[in-house]
Amino acid sequence: MATDTLAPSAAVTAPKIKSELMQQRARAARIFLVPMLIALAVVAGWPLIRSIYFSFTDASLSNLDGAQWIGFGNYLRWTTLDSGAVRYRGLLADPAWWNAVWNTVRFAFISVSFEAVLGMIVALVLNAEFRGRGLVRAAILIPWAIPTIVSARMWSWMLNDQFGILNDLGMRLGLLSQKVAWTATADTAMTAVLVVDIWKTTPFMALLILAGLQMIPKDIYEAAEIDGVHPIKQFWKITLPLVRPALMVAIIFRLLDALRIFDLIYVLTPNSSATKTMSVMARENLFDFDKFSYGSAMSTMLFLIIALLTILYIWLGQVRFDGGDR
Amino acid sequence: MGATFDLWKLTKWTLFYLLVAVIVVVSVFPFYYAILTSFKSGTDLFRINYWPDSFSLNNYYNVLNSGSFPRNLLNSVFVSAVTVLLALFLAVTASFALSRVRFRGRGLLLLTILGVSMFPQMAVLAGLFELIRFLGIYNTPWALIFSYTIFTLPFTVWVLTTFMRELPVEIEEAAIVDGATPWVIITRVFLPLMWPALVTTGLLAFIGAWNEFLFALTFTSNNDTRTVPVAIALLSGNTQYEIPWGNIMAASVIVTVPLVVLVLIFQRKIVSGLTAGGVKG
Repeated sequence: MATDTLAPSAAVTAPKIKSELMQQRARAARIFLVPMLIALAVVAGWPLIRSIYFSFTDASLSNLDGAQWIGFGNYLRWTTLDSGAVRYRGLLADPAWWNAVWNTVRFAFISVSFEAVLGMIVALVLNAEFRGRGLVRAAILIPWAIPTIVSARMWSWMLNDQFGILNDLGMRLGLLSQKVAWTATADTAMTAVLVVDIWKTTPFMALLILAGLQMIPKDIYEAAEIDGVHPIKQFWKITLPLVRPALMVAIIFRLLDALRIFDLIYVLTPNSSATKTMSVMARENLFDFDKFSYGSAMSTMLFLIIALLTILYIWLGQVRFDGGDR
Repeated sequence: MGATFDLWKLTKWTLFYLLVAVIVVVSVFPFYYAILTSFKSGTDLFRINYWPDSFSLNNYYNVLNSGSFPRNLLNSVFVSAVTVLLALFLAVTASFALSRVRFRGRGLLLLTILGVSMFPQMAVLAGLFELIRFLGIYNTPWALIFSYTIFTLPFTVWVLTTFMRELPVEIEEAAIVDGATPWVIITRVFLPLMWPALVTTGLLAFIGAWNEFLFALTFTSNNDTRTVPVAIALLSGNTQYEIPWGNIMAASVIVTVPLVVLVLIFQRKIVSGLTAGGVKG
């Protein structure tokens, strides 16, 4: 993120014509913003409202127009049995949904934690002066540039139970006693997804952290060197506090991204309940199971959960986004 | 004392380069292995090698001559290019307004734009599906161009705004003194200065559109209208258990090599664009 600079108003030097110019500029600004705002309202605002609306109806894929309002029925409804026992149905009482929520949150938390630590290590390496630094930076851009679908397929080939190179490598090095069906076994499916995601997105994290590291003035380290501060102490007392703003922003971007994960899991471990996330389950219900309104309820919940976690994170971490003057 | 010091230095140096080597190998190996696999055919595919020992272009021939993969490539190029041009066109004027003019609610607007760019796409999928069917563009490239605007537009606006904010006031002042209107200022003063930023942003948006999967999977329904990520994801053999790994890897390499080349050429620009935008590509 850029440093906090106020956009200078160009007209301040000519006080006489200032107000007229300012008005002209403000008018022009409004006209310039309109096309973008309309575009965003059409592709984001309206569909969001409609998706939320569908979650309160009984819409099905084949009958979107005839959707009837049913209130909170998709979220929670209950029937009282003759015996007096109450039976709850709906999304909030659906164990499969809560499993997906748990999978998503667990995935996001673990992957982003690993990425932050590994990204910091890679960034520190890239921040050091050494021969071949350009080569390393080029190398770490490769996982970032590869489309997610392609990396999912590449890794599912490498993780293949019979012909996968990772099983072969593990056996040769004596790390594995037998070949493992990484993506098919419930115990290892999440690990496989995590490995691929961490591999793919650590470079992004590293580059954002590196940008933060490069803004730290060199003389602070020189002063610490003269005072004989141990490098490890330098890291905790100088580097980490100063790089914290960049790190927090990098983490939030990755967290938002991890919470909506879809494509990697859709391709790498389809149909595994051990890795099914909110997005995967929502799309399944929307388009594969013909439970359009139920799927809409899931996507609405996904939206709420992500919004809530984001606000919580920004509030707890006191993250500042640079938004010009506010 | 001197000897132990040197030994310590040597150990440090070795460990550092070991770390560097691990980073490079882990980053590059999966792609290297995909390339290796793409040149194997027949039973060679199922012998595990770490170094190239056979060479065949069979997989590439299969992918490019059968099925709809060439068509999918064209779809991807068309969709990504039009999406980027559209986003840049809308973003240039908007980011001028957001970066150079003061008005009430600007901060809030910027935050909203950032919010939209980080939006879970799943949250709008149902509504977008309805809208796309209503507009009659379901299963056409326009459905994708339309829906991709949701992430390319906020991203380009955000990055271009950060860039424009850093241009000096003086260049604009001279134009204002000469009586230039805001439109003239944008087209004559800013655009010529903005080429590097436009190229970077356009490239990042292009990568985003090229890689997109969820919308492409949902808004197209047959082989001829799909883009490459969906084609690769759905590439399957005659039976469920017969996955054509060779073809998949060849298709993957075809799709990825142009991206990797572009990224390596524009390395510095991409890194600065990424950190300015802070949005994933």
